[in-house]
Amino acid sequence: MTSALNPRYTFETFVVGAANRLAVTAGRSVAENPGSAYNPLFIYSGPGLGKTHLLMGVGHTAKQLAPGLNIEYLTLDEWVEAFHAAVAAGQGDAFRRRFQNVDVLLVDDVQFLSNRKEMQSELLRLTEALQVAGRQIVLTSDRPPVEIGDLDARLISRLSGGLVVDIGAPDYETRVAILRRKAEERGARFQPGVLEAVAGAPLTNVRELMGAVNRLMAHQAVSDTPIDGETAKRLLGIGAPAPAPAATAGGPSGAAKRVGAGPPSPPAVDEFGAFLADVTVTVGRAVEAWRARVAEEILRWEGEGYRTQRLEALLDQNAPAAVDEAIAAFVRDVERLKALEVEVAQLDPAVAGLSVFRDPERIRDAEEEAARARAGAAPPPAPSPAFPLSAYAVGPSNAVAVSAVRAVLERPGKKYNPLVLVGHSGCGKTHLLNALGLELAHANGAIVACLSTQAFIDELIAAIDANRVDWWRARYRRVTALLLDDVHLVAGKERTQEELFNLFNLLQDGERQLAFTASAPPNTLAGIEERIASRLEGGLVVELKQPDRDVKRAVVERVLTQQDVAPESPLLDYLADRPADSVRSLVAAVQRVMSAAAAQDLPVTVGLAREVLEGTSPEDDGGTEDGRESRGGRRAGGPRASGVVVSNLGSIKSREKTVWDWPDVPDRLIEEFR
Amino acid sequence: MSLVNFTAREIACKIVYYGPGRSGKTTNLHYVYDRVPDSRRGQMVSLATQTDRTLFFDFLPIDLGQISGFSTRFQLYTVPGQVYYNATRRLVLQGADGVVFVADSQAQQLDENLESLQNLQSNLLEHGVDIRNLPLVMQYNKQDLPRELILAPADLDDALNFRGVPSFGADALHGAGVFETLKGISELVLKKLAAGSPA
Repeated sequence: MTSALNPRYTFETFVVGAANRLAVTAGRSVAENPGSAYNPLFIYSGPGLGKTHLLMGVGHTAKQLAPGLNIEYLTLDEWVEAFHAAVAAGQGDAFRRRFQNVDVLLVDDVQFLSNRKEMQSELLRLTEALQVAGRQIVLTSDRPPVEIGDLDARLISRLSGGLVVDIGAPDYETRVAILRRKAEERGARFQPGVLEAVAGAPLTNVRELMGAVNRLMAHQAVSDTPIDGETAKRLLGIGAPAPAPAATAGGPSGAAKRVGAGPPSPPAVDEFGAFLADVTVTVGRAVEAWRARVAEEILRWEGEGYRTQRLEALLDQNAPAAVDEAIAAFVRDVERLKALEVEVAQLDPAVAGLSVFRDPERIRDAEEEAARARAGAAPPPAPSPAFPLSAYAVGPSNAVAVSAVRAVLERPGKKYNPLVLVGHSGCGKTHLLNALGLELAHANGAIVACLSTQAFIDELIAAIDANRVDWWRARYRRVTALLLDDVHLVAGKERTQEELFNLFNLLQDGERQLAFTASAPPNTLAGIEERIASRLEGGLVVELKQPDRDVKRAVVERVLTQQDVAPESPLLDYLADRPADSVRSLVAAVQRVMSAAAAQDLPVTVGLAREVLEGTSPEDDGGTEDGRESRGGRRAGGPRASGVVVSNLGSIKSREKTVWDWPDVPDRLIEEFR
Repeated sequence: MSLVNFTAREIACKIVYYGPGRSGKTTNLHYVYDRVPDSRRGQMVSLATQTDRTLFFDFLPIDLGQISGFSTRFQLYTVPGQVYYNATRRLVLQGADGVVFVADSQAQQLDENLESLQNLQSNLLEHGVDIRNLPLVMQYNKQDLPRELILAPADLDDALNFRGVPSFGADALHGAGVFETLKGISELVLKKLAAGSPA
């Protein structure tokens, strides 16, 4: 239902004159800073003076500056129609939601709100919602809010609360400029004096001017000689010259002639509007051009909340040198402040609110503040370099997960978002998650947060404790990807779930990648709020199964190679064939074999492996194949250097804490009898 | 006079409607007041007697909004026309940026018009202002009255407009000529901006 923005209606194609300069300046400010400058911006003027052009110009510029913005342009009638259609379809709430998510809402011709009570309350509700959310709303009308018939007082005050600005009728010079531009757009060429003659006609509406140009073009097309000024006047029916403005009548005779010509003419319809337009032109002529430029810049930057004393000081001078350079330098400083503020807001929102970021005279202080913020902003934990994707063993048990990761890497944030890796402990989720993080971190400007959920919870608690939650949030809000290991640990942690929920939405909206690991599919996890579980389920949930033989063989090969042990095929086959419910237990077994080999100063062979893992002697090649590690007396004769074997993965697992040298059974019995 | 304040980026014009009693000064302001949108006008202050004669003065502030980056405001004043309120007239004239002389077009009021014009001149002099240096326009009001009762604008120009300032025929009651007059004085006042030095 939303109309597309007409590509021809941009600020660049809008002819600015005294009568519309303020409206254009306000429109530009709004386009450059939606939601912060004037909200709502209400533009009104008579028909054909450029409201729609200006409105679309705001949309184009806003889109150009921030392509991610959701911008909607529509006329009030289209909006009403959409609302009625939505209500008829029972989708009233969906309709409201849709418009509440618009970043810049451009509504044309709101004067048609007259006598539409339900639409007025709908617009009131929408305006409130958009303003609260810091989203921009720009409206146009052919009259100011107070003059729209039967308009709810609350809506009047709401619509007048931002900036109400009018577009006056263009003055002569502006009319000439508009005509020249329009003729150029149409590829028409006229003799000198023709467009000036049209501009002199009592047509103040741009559409009427356009109609005049069209008429002249049509005539010129069929006549042999080019139209001159006089012919143009005749064709357009501008026989008599337009009545001269009052002041130019000058002397008493002029006035007398006019008055004496008959009874005073009946008053025009909008006398004040006409008066205002005249005064605007007069002031525009009276105020030196440089003063007007400086004053407009002040108005613009003041409106955005910047201090402008440097420009104000210029106005106090009589004829300062290099005004444009001074303005340019000021604008440069403001742009720098803006950039610093944006940067700092990501690092620490509390600092971004400081007044130094609004005062171009204190740019040095602002730089220092930003430097401090940068220094204090530790990047979020990065993925561990110990888990490269190249080292990840791929087999049928995890092929789907790995291909999903590769798909994510091709289009981060767009393909599977979030990606949830599910599987039992030790089956390679953490490795794959970190590998994904490492690959994502290669991208330019990437900030990848990859950490365990427990660390995430601990950081939040520490931030709450230190009253730095804003800073903590900002740290995660600027990441380009968030990867959380063991997300099921958020179960029962209400505050963490709340923060994760908000962070999740923010990152997902910004098409930034999210990835998680969990012990089981999210919707089966207890203690996790429905809103989080449903979001986790909303991307791709992929399971990592128990490692298959290919995976195990690759893992063993990698571990051996890392320890400079030649991976001989029989050894690999033997280890890969051993049952292992996880990669972790497999690695632990390999480590055990290797530490036994190191202790005895023996090469790592199948025989040694079998002896260590099954308790058979190296000579006894026909050892049991059932994998159960017997700890019988057959090993009793062999020396055992190590007492307790501990997995070198960092944590002691009870099943790996194995005592190898049991005392002789008789001794043990005696011990127990004592 | 603080017509334009560059530091505060303000243009404030004080325009005084001057003229003999019952010439229609307050009527001018009422007409303007009725045509200015609510958002643009302040409250019109009018101190009148029971018979609606202006006792002290009328005051109508109009906010024209931002023009060329300047917050532009007009303050329209009237003076009480009756002869015995001269102190008030002098007070109101203080700091005026421009004067609209509202003359009564009725032939029998010519002397009152002349007298008021002289009074204007002398009151301005008291403030050290030469009437020749002050933006001034003439308005010949009540041109809607029957021809036999009134003087034509040309005649009034001959009788009153010695300096040949812009003059406007008007029917303030119905609005004809009111805004033309206001435009006329505004242009004169604002043109002084370019010539004038910053405050």
